[in-house]
Amino acid sequence: MRKAVIIGAGMTPVGEHWKLGLRDLAVEALLNAMDDAGIDKVDSLYVGNMISGPFVEQENLGALIADWAGLGNIPAVKIEAACASGGAAVQEGVKAVLSGLEDVVAVVGVEKMTDAWPSDATRYLAYAADAEWELFHGASFVALNALVMRYYMKTYGYTEEDLALFAVNAHANGAKNPYAMFKRPIKVETVLKSPYVADPLKLFDASPVCDGAASVIITTPEKAKELGVPKEKWVEVAGMGRAIDTISLASREDLLTLKAAKVAAERAYKMAGVEPKDIDFFEVHDAFTVMAALSLEALGAAKKGEGAKLAKEGQIAIDADYPIQTMGGLKARGHPVGATGVYQTVEAVLQLRGEAPSQVPDAEIGLTQNIGGTGSNITVNVFRRV
Amino acid sequence: MARPMQVSRYWRHFREKYMLIGGKCENGHVHFPKRSICPVCGSRNVEEIELSGKGKVISWTIVRNPPSGFEYYKPFPLALIELEEGPIVLAQLTDVDPEEIDFGMEVEVVTKKIREFEEDGIILYGYKFRPPVK
Ligand SMILES: [Zn+2]
Repeated sequence: MRKAVIIGAGMTPVGEHWKLGLRDLAVEALLNAMDDAGIDKVDSLYVGNMISGPFVEQENLGALIADWAGLGNIPAVKIEAACASGGAAVQEGVKAVLSGLEDVVAVVGVEKMTDAWPSDATRYLAYAADAEWELFHGASFVALNALVMRYYMKTYGYTEEDLALFAVNAHANGAKNPYAMFKRPIKVETVLKSPYVADPLKLFDASPVCDGAASVIITTPEKAKELGVPKEKWVEVAGMGRAIDTISLASREDLLTLKAAKVAAERAYKMAGVEPKDIDFFEVHDAFTVMAALSLEALGAAKKGEGAKLAKEGQIAIDADYPIQTMGGLKARGHPVGATGVYQTVEAVLQLRGEAPSQVPDAEIGLTQNIGGTGSNITVNVFRRV
Repeated sequence: MARPMQVSRYWRHFREKYMLIGGKCENGHVHFPKRSICPVCGSRNVEEIELSGKGKVISWTIVRNPPSGFEYYKPFPLALIELEEGPIVLAQLTDVDPEEIDFGMEVEVVTKKIREFEEDGIILYGYKFRPPVK
């Protein structure tokens, strides 16, 4: 079977880009990735994006971005899997390369969220929930995660303070990332003193509304050699998995198990031939602090109910056993929803090349996990240093 | 801004939203809302069942920054309620002091206004849950 390697990675800073539109951000990230790989054309483009229609009245992003990036008459489509759109787009790009149909594929994840009013942004994000049985009742995405958070705390006896540690860790790492939205460390008190958005979930338990784009270039080792890309730049896409769970939270078999992440991770681990203990860093989907805890459990880094314990025991820091959110995670780097999975990929590439601003020592294998919906659509990717 | 909801889209869920009609498959699995395929066993032999509307709160939150269209009602309590027949339903709680909400609190269904749209829109009604009226 063919192998897939990432040979180029690029991104824009995450933030409130009032002067830049969706196409500007996407093109900038894409060209950065192509320049990083040292190439000027690709066979196809996959765009990870969640809700450009409501946010900026623009669909057909494949055509828009390929056109404005000067890529010519290539195939280009948008991939949508809610907040996991970016991770899914990376997988579609890899699948195209592995299938042999395309040799050099570009993936760009982009989201422009700050052009909308905040309450409309809240509404658009809830489009990933069940429109008839969740949004109909006024459920925001934050509210759905708050229901999980309260139940998690009650079931395992955790406090708001315990979960705040995930935000503190994310900010500690994000502080060193020039591309992060929040480049400052915070204390547990900062989280606890922030206002409730949906009790017990506070502003600092949640990732921000923001804009950004990230991009990677995927090819085979043979083609990478032919293109003259130095081997130090290659990062292998070693494993992939993707799975869904019930779209509405109320239909879940177990509120506290990210079944889709479990299934996706099993597939990714199997394909890569690795186990959770082999992973040197985890880029998990901490859109909300409780999701970081549940993700660590679903990925096999912690036992069920012990995800938050890992944070309490100091095991999630850069120099500990289970480093997570090495460049700030969704919480501090920012969460431009459809772009997030590609940001995670770019960050994994930087770690495995040894170029990350807060470097995990001797990182060889990294994992990214990207959640769409309230755990309803999840991608897991495993990357390996070549 | 969110546009008014079309009548047809609202009308097709009247039975579930006014009468709490769920589904029960040939193997006795009960679910809500009704599906054509049982989510537990995959049976396509599913009948309608009217749920009692009695249940217990298993988790809740206070929505302080709601999606657009619900600003008028904020803050409001939203909960996951386990019905006595088994299914869990997401709904707003009503006629309750937020301080009184607790795990396991008994609630019953009541039909209430869910939201209004602007002058050219319809008014949506549906189920909410409240502490039982003695
Ligand atoms: Zn059944």
